[in-house]
Amino acid sequence: MHNSDRFKIPLGPQHPALKEPEGFSIALMGEKIMGLDIRLGYNHRGIEKACEERNYLQALYLVERVCGICSHAHATCFIQAVEEIAGVQLPRRAQYIRTLIAELERIHSHLLWLGVAGHEIGFDTLLMYTWRDREIVMDLLALVTGNRVNYGMNTIGGVRRDISPEDIAEILKGVDILEERTKYYIEVATQETSIIQRLSGVGVLTKEEVLRLDAVGPTGRASGVSRDVRRDDPYAAYGEIKFNVITDDHCDVYGRTVVRVKELMESYSIIRQCLKNLPEGPLTVKVPRKIPAGEAISRYEAPRGEDVHYVKSNGGEKPERVKIRAPTLANIQAVKQMLKDRYLADMPIVVAAIDPCFSCTDRVISIAEPKKDNRVISWETLRNYGIDWYTAHGIDFTELNNKFRKKLERV
Amino acid sequence: MAGTLFSILIFPGLLFLCIAGLIFEYVDRKAYARLQNRVGPPWFQPFADFIKLLGKENLMPCAANPTMFNLAPLFAFASVVTVFLYIPLWQTKSSFSFDGDIIMILYLLTIPTLAFFIGGWYSTSLFARLGSVRAVTQLFAYEVPLFMSILASALLADSWSLQKIAVYYAQHPAYCLFNSVGFAITLITLLGKLEKAPFDIPEAETEIVAGPFTEYSGKLLALLRLTIDIEMVAGAALVVAVFFPFALMFSPVVGFIVFLIEVLVVVLLLSLLRTIIARLRIDQMIDFCWKWLVPLALFQLLLNLILKGALS
Amino acid sequence: MRVGKMLHEVLRSLFQKPATNLYPAEKLDMPKNFRGKLFFHPEKCIGCKLCMKDCPSDAITINKVGEKQFEAVFDLSKCLYCAQCVDSCPKKALEATKDVELAQLDIKKLKVVFRANPESSDKNPA
Repeated sequence: MHNSDRFKIPLGPQHPALKEPEGFSIALMGEKIMGLDIRLGYNHRGIEKACEERNYLQALYLVERVCGICSHAHATCFIQAVEEIAGVQLPRRAQYIRTLIAELERIHSHLLWLGVAGHEIGFDTLLMYTWRDREIVMDLLALVTGNRVNYGMNTIGGVRRDISPEDIAEILKGVDILEERTKYYIEVATQETSIIQRLSGVGVLTKEEVLRLDAVGPTGRASGVSRDVRRDDPYAAYGEIKFNVITDDHCDVYGRTVVRVKELMESYSIIRQCLKNLPEGPLTVKVPRKIPAGEAISRYEAPRGEDVHYVKSNGGEKPERVKIRAPTLANIQAVKQMLKDRYLADMPIVVAAIDPCFSCTDRVISIAEPKKDNRVISWETLRNYGIDWYTAHGIDFTELNNKFRKKLERV
Repeated sequence: MAGTLFSILIFPGLLFLCIAGLIFEYVDRKAYARLQNRVGPPWFQPFADFIKLLGKENLMPCAANPTMFNLAPLFAFASVVTVFLYIPLWQTKSSFSFDGDIIMILYLLTIPTLAFFIGGWYSTSLFARLGSVRAVTQLFAYEVPLFMSILASALLADSWSLQKIAVYYAQHPAYCLFNSVGFAITLITLLGKLEKAPFDIPEAETEIVAGPFTEYSGKLLALLRLTIDIEMVAGAALVVAVFFPFALMFSPVVGFIVFLIEVLVVVLLLSLLRTIIARLRIDQMIDFCWKWLVPLALFQLLLNLILKGALS
Repeated sequence: MRVGKMLHEVLRSLFQKPATNLYPAEKLDMPKNFRGKLFFHPEKCIGCKLCMKDCPSDAITINKVGEKQFEAVFDLSKCLYCAQCVDSCPKKALEATKDVELAQLDIKKLKVVFRANPESSDKNPA
């Protein structure tokens, strides 16, 4: 350290800025960040594999626990895929209730984010106030679903709990207070000088870079990329509800803040529409325990961005394969770009600005390779491995290959 | 001799300061909590924290320099305790006053920052070293406007002795108003000296853990925390003595109470300031100090020079 | 742009009741349908074990102790509090209570046994 002008500091896996273990190794020159290495994998829980050991109902509760904040997002995304395989048409009331919980969850997640952002820039007052107001929505969620996190609202073919007229009155009352408070936070975030100083121009990610790095959710929308699964590929009741997709062209952390607080206002409007148009009817449809063979991909706009679940069924009681792509996995690559030529002091807020959820993101890749010492696998080896695997499972590609070869030769 | 020892060790020296420091820490934390709509800690929390830390193990990184690592907190503690002996509390005569003591007080108040730097640097942790460098960088930014605004007040009173300055303003209370710009600058820079938000850059928790104090634990950390508490009291007392020495206008007991209330007000103002502003970046902090505070302090200096001519 | 935009708000809270409370002394009540610790009505149980089958974390065990008599063993350290067992039970023998203070220093205390004959034995050793 004495001899060189650059030194590396480890931010994580244990660090006060990070609420979850994650390794960031920063090369510093004075206060300036010269390079950044991100290391995932401190929090891998093997959920995808564990799902294969459980029946669909049990897997639903497990998938709900992928993330503590957007638990409804993961549960709904998973169950949508299962319902698609089973060919179930959800009752409309259940669709509306799912939408309602989804928006309540978005409110709690965005308010939580605003507080965390305040904490990362050393503005604990904002943290205390937003989290105080977040209690309103947490209480509403506890009232409606029976728990503050991990709501357990979904079941295969519907929702588990109904919403009573008293609940509706409570929700409307809470939403009114929250709307008032959110207006205040919009004022604070867009007017308080020290916040603007710390947020604007920090963590810049241009529109081109968003498209190149595939950033999703508010991170992308703050750079003017108007992408929202709720509008582009409506699920639950979003097809019948009017709302705006908020975008911003600041391209920095300030823009991401603005997008999130404005999305809160949209959420209030969606909740009001849901409650106003809540259809009567049953909550669930009967779904057999055995899901027919098939596969499905389901998309869901979680508070942090697009969540993707892939489910494959072999006709039994248990899923054959579950694959989860949490939004943070799409966004984490952008952090490196955002921190280019920034200061160490910007690091916590830039990481926080993608609203990371590291335990959702953690992946383990194990390379199945016969020669153990060589970790790099060549294309030819991989291809042969695949052919061997399929041959061993009774699928022969020889004929197909010959057909293609002939086709190629003709071209 | 016994009287001197008493004033050094008991009142207004060591013992009084330790208790006052912890009580004002409580005031600061409670006010911070109430301003954030929280309940806040009970009154004995700082004492409990202090005693708990005293009972904890002292750990030192094996690469650290033991002499410097252990001595730095002691240096810091000794210097802030010494400051208080020179501040006129309720009587026109402070315990050890001499001509030019205001300069010494200002330098004594600089020593804790340097001691933190040395302690952090020799603890060899990366976070501690970064924090130490930040502490010293910040020192160069806030020290100049702080000195200028306090010395501007001294200029009007025409003395380098804190006691004489206090007596001068106690005799002419209206003149305190001329120093209001200087008072505001001193309050803001005091936040930098005490390393509190928005200038808690050297110990920014979310960036560099605890800055220079990262590797400290046990008794040494207890001492460091006590030092910062006493520094807050001493800083607030200095502000009161330089800008509002109204305690001198009353009889000793009443005067002492007035003095404590004034210190309380300054501490509460510091709490309020750190509640409503986000932490700045080090470059923004230095920009702010040199672009805004230094010109304002120069203006105060100029104003007092003109006033001095006009009033005499 | 304004410095100290929240000044008004923070000063106002000085005169408001704090939003936090002193937890162990003051406790908040949970809403009516809260999914807390489970309660078992042995007289209603028919021993179909659907709850065991649906439990995502194998936290519940139903043992046959006599003719049409069943006891339930809950492992609270495994329970997710999803209350799926309550939904699965065809005879409403299981019930979710509002009890949320379940922390224990001794892991053995997290195993709760509901005996078939509630009068004769300790229902809740925790």
